Amino acid sequence: MYDVDYDVELIKAGAGVRGGWGRLRFLARRHPLGAAGGAIMALFVLTALFAGFITVYDPLTTNASLSLAPPSGAHWLGADFMGRDVYSRIVYGARISLAVGIGSTLLGCAFGVVLGLASGYLGGWVDLVVQRLVDILQALPLLVMALVMAASLGPSLGNTIIAIAIPLIPYVARVIRSNTLALREMPFVEAAEAIGMSELRIALRHVLPNTLAPLIVLATAQLGSAILTEASLSFLGLGIPEPHPSWGRMLSESAAEYVRTAPWLVVFPGIAISLVVVGTNLLGDAVRDLLDPRQRS
Amino acid sequence: MGAYLVRRFSLMLLTLFGISVIIFVMLRLVPGNIADILFDSAGLINPAEKVQIERELGLDRPIPLQYAGWIGGLLEGDLGYSYVSERPALEEIARRVPITAKLAGLALLFSVLLGVPFGVISAVKQDSGLDYLLRVVSLCGLSMPAFWLGLLVLMGFVAEFGTIPIYTETPKSLLDALLIYSVPAAVVGFRSSALIMRLTRSSMLEVLRQDYVRTARAKGASETAVNYHHALRNAILPVITVIGIEAAFLIGGLIVTETVFNIPGVARFLVEAIRWRDYPIVQNLVLFIAVIVVVANFIVDLLYGVLDPRIKYAD
Repeated sequence: MYDVDYDVELIKAGAGVRGGWGRLRFLARRHPLGAAGGAIMALFVLTALFAGFITVYDPLTTNASLSLAPPSGAHWLGADFMGRDVYSRIVYGARISLAVGIGSTLLGCAFGVVLGLASGYLGGWVDLVVQRLVDILQALPLLVMALVMAASLGPSLGNTIIAIAIPLIPYVARVIRSNTLALREMPFVEAAEAIGMSELRIALRHVLPNTLAPLIVLATAQLGSAILTEASLSFLGLGIPEPHPSWGRMLSESAAEYVRTAPWLVVFPGIAISLVVVGTNLLGDAVRDLLDPRQRS
Repeated sequence: MGAYLVRRFSLMLLTLFGISVIIFVMLRLVPGNIADILFDSAGLINPAEKVQIERELGLDRPIPLQYAGWIGGLLEGDLGYSYVSERPALEEIARRVPITAKLAGLALLFSVLLGVPFGVISAVKQDSGLDYLLRVVSLCGLSMPAFWLGLLVLMGFVAEFGTIPIYTETPKSLLDALLIYSVPAAVVGFRSSALIMRLTRSSMLEVLRQDYVRTARAKGASETAVNYHHALRNAILPVITVIGIEAAFLIGGLIVTETVFNIPGVARFLVEAIRWRDYPIVQNLVLFIAVIVVVANFIVDLLYGVLDPRIKYAD
């Protein structure tokens, strides 16, 4: 016979958890890696929001006498070729990564949801056309598509967001479509049809809210990939233009020269990108475990 | 099977046609064409000269006519001329393909050789210290930008040997040739191996819980036989899908890695051509990449039927 301490088991299962903070503490204990990811992301967002408060130097001000200055007490992470403070540029760079990450994910998801919902719910020729469009968009690697888009639109923050959002659309559309197809057959949709609800109302009020869980899982996973793509585009000189402090831009092609002469210019922006992407990956895994238990790893 | 192949093949052609149209139109939406760039860089000021350049390059014709010209030429094996070097685009692309193909092949080999065995070990030793270590390494692989990893490797070379491996078309020795290709290939492959490892692990974990694995153990099969002969054979199917998708994933990695290591392959050539608005190169290269991705996925689809006898293609 096993002795089961029901009180302990109930606490483990989350019984008696009260309030927002209590729930947060319970989830953090249950998904420690996800909590670490959440903490990294919270730090990232706070850094972006309060960049002005945690830096002393302006990220754009150049100073020839400080060109390629190594890390010191005054300039913790050193200075770049133009004598700009690397720490300030990394802190302000968080704003660009956050804007591109969230902006392109939201934009890609919005279009993907509309296409996926229309494709899955309406079926017929709409489905046929949307699916072929999705096939076309998916036949090119994300970076190649984003490169062509970025070059077509020209280098700016808004255009970089659009260039990264467009390749995300087919992934979202695919997931939403397959969920919509399954939901369309559910009894509650049939019931809504039976009481004479319009198709648009059923799609928006009954089908759409039920696709939110997979959408959130996908969006969290795509956030990291959007941030990485922005870094790659800017690294190649086709993303965020100078003088804006983008992490990828800081590692631009000339970084290969700095490998010998000024390694701090190579190391720190890379750590920033990697850390944030680790955060999104950890958080993404935890969100998937929470919202989509079938895919639990 | 025959009808399936025909349907799948016509869908492939439709997709490639769609891509060719999108790329062609997108490139012509670019603010400023090669005439502008040549005009500015040569310091020309006479607008008549710009019109002359545009006429010579055929950029003054309507877009549908330019498109028809491109596709017509493509069907006859004529890819046009590079605006920058003024040499045939086919020649410019063809001489760079072998370099990137070697890199991509090595990177894929590296990612499979590393990803699959480590994925199996991680699953078999689930929740052990080794499993956690491997998971952390794979997470790092997925989170690091490939170009940064490349720069770190270069930094390691500088610290250790005082120099970096520089690409040359005529390597001095076999070791040199190996170094020139295998270092960047390992950088690209590391990221892909992380993806393969994660997938192999989760796929293996699922299979290891199946009844037939327990049966194999019960009848006294060795752990190695159970893991590799019984479990891996069934766990590998989803991994093969990812290897198909890898084709697309690798190209992204190659673009930045060729740039970091200064390797004159097609991936870096694409970025240069985009910057120079060298339309004949960009549109042909992008279409070439799309063909590779679409064909790789087609082969993966067919492999399914060979590897898993339960999958039959409906006619």
